Amino acid sequence: MRRLWIGITYLVFFLLIIAPLGKMTTGAFSQGFDGFWAALTRPEAQHALLMTGLVVVVVTLLNTLFGVMMALYLVRANWINRRLKGLLNSIVDLPYAVSPVIGGLMIVLLLGPDSALGAIFEGIGLKIVYAFPGMVIATLFVTFPLMVREVMPVLQEIGSQQEEAASTLGARAWTTFWRVTWPSIRWAVMYGVILTVARSLGEFGAVLVVSGNIMNKTQTATTLVYQDVENFNVTAAGGVALVLAAFSIGLLLLMEWTKRRKGVH
Amino acid sequence: MNSLLRHKGWTWGFRSTILLYFVVLIVLPILGVYYNSFSLGFGNFIESISDPIAWKSVLLTLKLAIIATVINVFLGTMIAWVLIRYKFPGKALLNSLVDLPFALPTAVGGLMILLLLGPGSLIGGIVEALGFEIVFHQPAIVIAMIFVTFPFVIRAVQPLLEELDPSEEEAAYTMGAKGGRVFLRVILPSMAPGMIGGGMLAFSRALAEFGAVVLVAGNIPGRTLVSSVFIFGEVESDNPVGAAAVSIILLTLSFAILWLINMLQMRGRRS
Repeated sequence: MRRLWIGITYLVFFLLIIAPLGKMTTGAFSQGFDGFWAALTRPEAQHALLMTGLVVVVVTLLNTLFGVMMALYLVRANWINRRLKGLLNSIVDLPYAVSPVIGGLMIVLLLGPDSALGAIFEGIGLKIVYAFPGMVIATLFVTFPLMVREVMPVLQEIGSQQEEAASTLGARAWTTFWRVTWPSIRWAVMYGVILTVARSLGEFGAVLVVSGNIMNKTQTATTLVYQDVENFNVTAAGGVALVLAAFSIGLLLLMEWTKRRKGVH
Repeated sequence: MNSLLRHKGWTWGFRSTILLYFVVLIVLPILGVYYNSFSLGFGNFIESISDPIAWKSVLLTLKLAIIATVINVFLGTMIAWVLIRYKFPGKALLNSLVDLPFALPTAVGGLMILLLLGPGSLIGGIVEALGFEIVFHQPAIVIAMIFVTFPFVIRAVQPLLEELDPSEEEAAYTMGAKGGRVFLRVILPSMAPGMIGGGMLAFSRALAEFGAVVLVAGNIPGRTLVSSVFIFGEVESDNPVGAAAVSIILLTLSFAILWLINMLQMRGRRS
């Protein structure tokens, strides 16, 4: 009985995860290493990887900053009414429930060329939808809960006594944060950063809708994979996808490591 | 005094910036979709929905997501059980592999399934010779949904199994209950919250899935066109209002599921 269950588990993992991953790896190298290298050194692939890198950096910075602040406010702030806090707290999770495509659609509807806001921004020469800012906004929307949800439980757990003690002793808010709060939340923040990087690296639906997927302009690595598949250029798609997968697996390993460190503190 | 005022102004500005960011980024877009789909009146909304391509895509998505969720609840519960209860070589590796579908970009997941099962591949060839169709047909969509929602049930059931007090089980055995009965009466009830909670998360994720599905589905209206792909198509063909109508059906459904999960968690915490 025991053997049977373990066998089935191995089978499921093999069929669902290991075999597809292996097949993609061999697929990317189906025309040898040169084919893989050619797929990666195409100008559009280089540009797409660069775009993805830019989006990841900008989104991670903004999301970390605002996510930590939001978590601090949702747990500590006494200037927000408790009812309002409860409401804000449940709104934080909404992006989880929103399909990425719908997330992208929202931004097109709100800031697209046909909308009032979009027209204003266009008037001052700032293009949002089908350009870099829109892609950042879409990814920020999708990644918003990740940081908040990692940091909040830790803040709740450590309580506010130490922080209060610090400010009673005359420490400024900023000093209190760096000296007292930060050391206890830094691993949670680190974990949130990894999750944010992973998510923004792989975001596809929202970015596809918002970016318009214009080659050499707004195309990211994931949307390039999609376009390659649409053009029946599966080997090239496999090459780019393999790079993305390698990054994701690296992040996953980093996550496991952080989890262990987080457990220590 | 002057410095104090300046200090307060800073704090106020800072607080409003954070809250404004939150409202503009999260709340406003969601309200925008609801507003837009009703902006041309309720009749227009009904018209967008009663387009057979639109409502068929919603029904198809629901059907396939339910199938994927049911399979996932079974597989996930079994795997959680095996990973917690048994010791075997490679266990730690499998346990870390569980999270891979979360970490991988969904488009990469879709491509992997396409390469493994698609035309020209070994499995694809065998299946085709047997007269089945997977890729570009409904089974592929279900597989893609199972792939992206794989970790939910496992990660929800695992902690419950870990917490389960072995003495309860032993007591049942001591009193003469058979294995099957112990499972049904003692183990299953303690896993149930995780199976339901994880299953609902998986369901809402399967409803929303786009990246993996768009690559493996044939996207033929009425047969393999799911809602998220339909929405994408409407945006591409410059009909965002039509897209908004289907979106709010999906959104409302997802919000209801999210709310239900929250309610269940609250009840669980109280008892």
